[in-house]
Amino acid sequence: MFQVILKRIAIAIPVILIVASITFFLVRLAPGGPFDAEKVVPPQVMKNLNAVYNLDAPIFIQYADYMINLVQGDFGPSFRYPGRSVTEMIFTGLPVTLELAFYAILIAMLIGGLAGVIAAVKRNTALDFIPMTIAMIGICMPTFLLGPLLVLFFGIHLELLPVSGWDSLPGDKILPSITLGAAYAAYIARLTRGGMLETLGQDFIRTARAKGLPEHQVILRHALQGGLVPVVSFLGPAIAGLIGGSFVVETIFQIPGLGRFYVEAAFNRDYTMILGTTIFFSALIIFFNLLSDIAVLMMNPRARSDS
Amino acid sequence: MIYSKQIFFLLLVCFFNSCSNSPSPVDAALATQVLHFGNGSEPQGLDPHIVTGVPEHHLLISMCEGLTIANPKGGPNLPGVAESWEISPDGKTYRFFLNKNARWSNGDLLVADDFVWSWMRILTPSLGSQYPDMLYYVAGAADYHQGITTDFSTVGVTALSDHELQVTLNNPTPFFIKLLSHYSTYPVHKASILKHGSIDDRNGQWTRPGNFVCNGPMNLKTWELNKQIIVEKNPLYWDAEKVQLQEIRYYPVSNESTEDRMFRAGQLHVTNVVPLEKCPVYIENNNPNLRIEPYMGTYFYRVNTKHPVLQDKRVRQALAFALNRDQIVNKVSKCGQQAAYSFTPPGTAGYEPETSITFDPELARQLLAEAGYADGSDFPVLEILFNTQEGHRKIALAVQQMWQENLGISVQLVNQDWKVYLAREMTGDFQISRAGWIGDYEDPNTFLDTLRPNRGNNKTGWENQEYDALLALANATIDQNDRYELLNQAEQLLIDEMPIIPIYTYVRQYQISNDVQGWYPNIIDTHHPKYIYLDRN
Repeated sequence: MFQVILKRIAIAIPVILIVASITFFLVRLAPGGPFDAEKVVPPQVMKNLNAVYNLDAPIFIQYADYMINLVQGDFGPSFRYPGRSVTEMIFTGLPVTLELAFYAILIAMLIGGLAGVIAAVKRNTALDFIPMTIAMIGICMPTFLLGPLLVLFFGIHLELLPVSGWDSLPGDKILPSITLGAAYAAYIARLTRGGMLETLGQDFIRTARAKGLPEHQVILRHALQGGLVPVVSFLGPAIAGLIGGSFVVETIFQIPGLGRFYVEAAFNRDYTMILGTTIFFSALIIFFNLLSDIAVLMMNPRARSDS
Repeated sequence: MIYSKQIFFLLLVCFFNSCSNSPSPVDAALATQVLHFGNGSEPQGLDPHIVTGVPEHHLLISMCEGLTIANPKGGPNLPGVAESWEISPDGKTYRFFLNKNARWSNGDLLVADDFVWSWMRILTPSLGSQYPDMLYYVAGAADYHQGITTDFSTVGVTALSDHELQVTLNNPTPFFIKLLSHYSTYPVHKASILKHGSIDDRNGQWTRPGNFVCNGPMNLKTWELNKQIIVEKNPLYWDAEKVQLQEIRYYPVSNESTEDRMFRAGQLHVTNVVPLEKCPVYIENNNPNLRIEPYMGTYFYRVNTKHPVLQDKRVRQALAFALNRDQIVNKVSKCGQQAAYSFTPPGTAGYEPETSITFDPELARQLLAEAGYADGSDFPVLEILFNTQEGHRKIALAVQQMWQENLGISVQLVNQDWKVYLAREMTGDFQISRAGWIGDYEDPNTFLDTLRPNRGNNKTGWENQEYDALLALANATIDQNDRYELLNQAEQLLIDEMPIIPIYTYVRQYQISNDVQGWYPNIIDTHHPKYIYLDRN
């Protein structure tokens, strides 16, 4: 397993460098610059700004400078927010986004896992059809619809929960976590059901039942471990997706997370911020994929022997 | 099972950490005098010489102060750091007498030299400030900023004593006092800036909480990126007795619907905007919190006068006369906007443009025929460029319909991402493009000046020497009536030539809690915090 990890890390480094290089040239190909605004600044001012941020140097010199700084862990200053470094902004938004993702995945696992297990055990009954129908609706319903609906009902109609914010008012983390977690809960429910059905049909489950084990022990002790393997494989990319794709929920609920920086940087042509966040998210995706692969290796003896 | 119980308990602790029936922030604020303010987007920063934009303006007028402040009820500016001033008979020399109680928030005395150093800073080329031209009216300022001279003593700003500042201008510039309430002319604290960097350091850390020193009615308390900025009352402000608010919390809520929900849930006193689709509903329901007030801005279509077809004045006029502006504001934008028949909004500093653009499809067709396109025949497909936004799209659709119906020409809509749209406008890669202009200070010059030859914001390719001469003469005229007469002549020339087609005059649409007192409508939408307080009567 140690070799697998080493191999993955060895591959990850050039991948990240390639991502950085492609992004560097792509953002510069996009029309418009970081200092373009509706009120045009005098040419002298534009010249000064380009000089301050090294944008007047030839593109390959800029690229070389950026990569040298990147290797040293310096993402450079934000063009949009003078006085802020990209690293600082990433690490300001990251804890919030991670916390949001953690609650969302917790909700998704709890609701989705439970629904999936029940649906598999009570196959072809109402307890299978109802949760799976709800799961399908959950998969289809976009967060930008579910979020405002929850806010209107719980925040404005019932006046039970705050409609926005993060760590500002009591209970303000509930609605965003549910909104973000809902779609993943639906996926997890379907994956768990599939995994459980496959496992429940296997010989060792029949053996456990033949030995006289109570049904709840058969499910929780024996079937669940195998049944959750597809879910665990899904969790790695899902967590990375949750972190990278939290933009909509962060906007709806006014959450100061990383997703908003990422999207706004693209609109603002904040070159260093686009690069910084893209590289960071790439690293995160690689990391979570690695984690989920390791978890699968630990849970599934067959995969272990294959590797 | 044990694990499940633990997870369930963790969830309870994490989430339901109290769904209490505590009063909403707006209700609680009555006792604490804390204003909750929807501020649009995350500010770029707090350095008055670096930033541009409305959210930054809201923050800076609460934390810093220039020589004058904008009048909250409209009209002439009020004393700020300068308690009074004298203007020489030729209108070119100003002597400002500074308030002797004016202090920086760290207790240092604010003196005339602070202004000299601050103006030197914004004019320093290597700082890359985007608003140095606000001071180009000062003698020698443009030369210093453009590197023609490196000797700042040639710039017309001098400290005669600690409390006396003299400014010499190139021309009389009757609106100069109004410019002085703009944040680009604010003083900055020299020692704080130099402690955290050099005079031309854009990335200095002096604007961070704990480092930030300025001279306004409020002080920076905390700044949480994308979450909120809290400012608290500055006890050292020279007019601190008048300040009743104890805190203002600025929320960078960029999503209009989120902001609307926050207001409805009692989390905000003031919103930045009203969602486009909600505005007509709120008007119909007589929403008591809705405010629609005149605003110093014009929504218009910019015409590329270098385009082979559009270089003919008659074509531009035909396009303008074929638009039913009343229909656009009543049936399309539907949020109290006023049909525009001039570039400068009526009522800007008492200036009333005497131009008119009639809706006359017959005349429009006649002009088009005179230009060689009778009934729109042989007229190429016209392209309207706009940045992706629902409101712009709706108006472009209405304009497309009107031109097709009234002139018989084909019109194509092209929407682009904001930066692509800007790049295309800048390079002249458009035929007709949507545009908007919000004045920087309350004077017609802030509009009319943009269309002078060689102005970066012109973007139409239109150059008219007579127009340029009229504006130059107006800005050298001291008598306000004579000056407005000259500006009116320039405006009439502009509307006759039609390099821009005015559509409507902007209004400010927002929601405000009835608890907010001392908040007055004004055309520049500046609400100085020292006059605002919270009271529920």
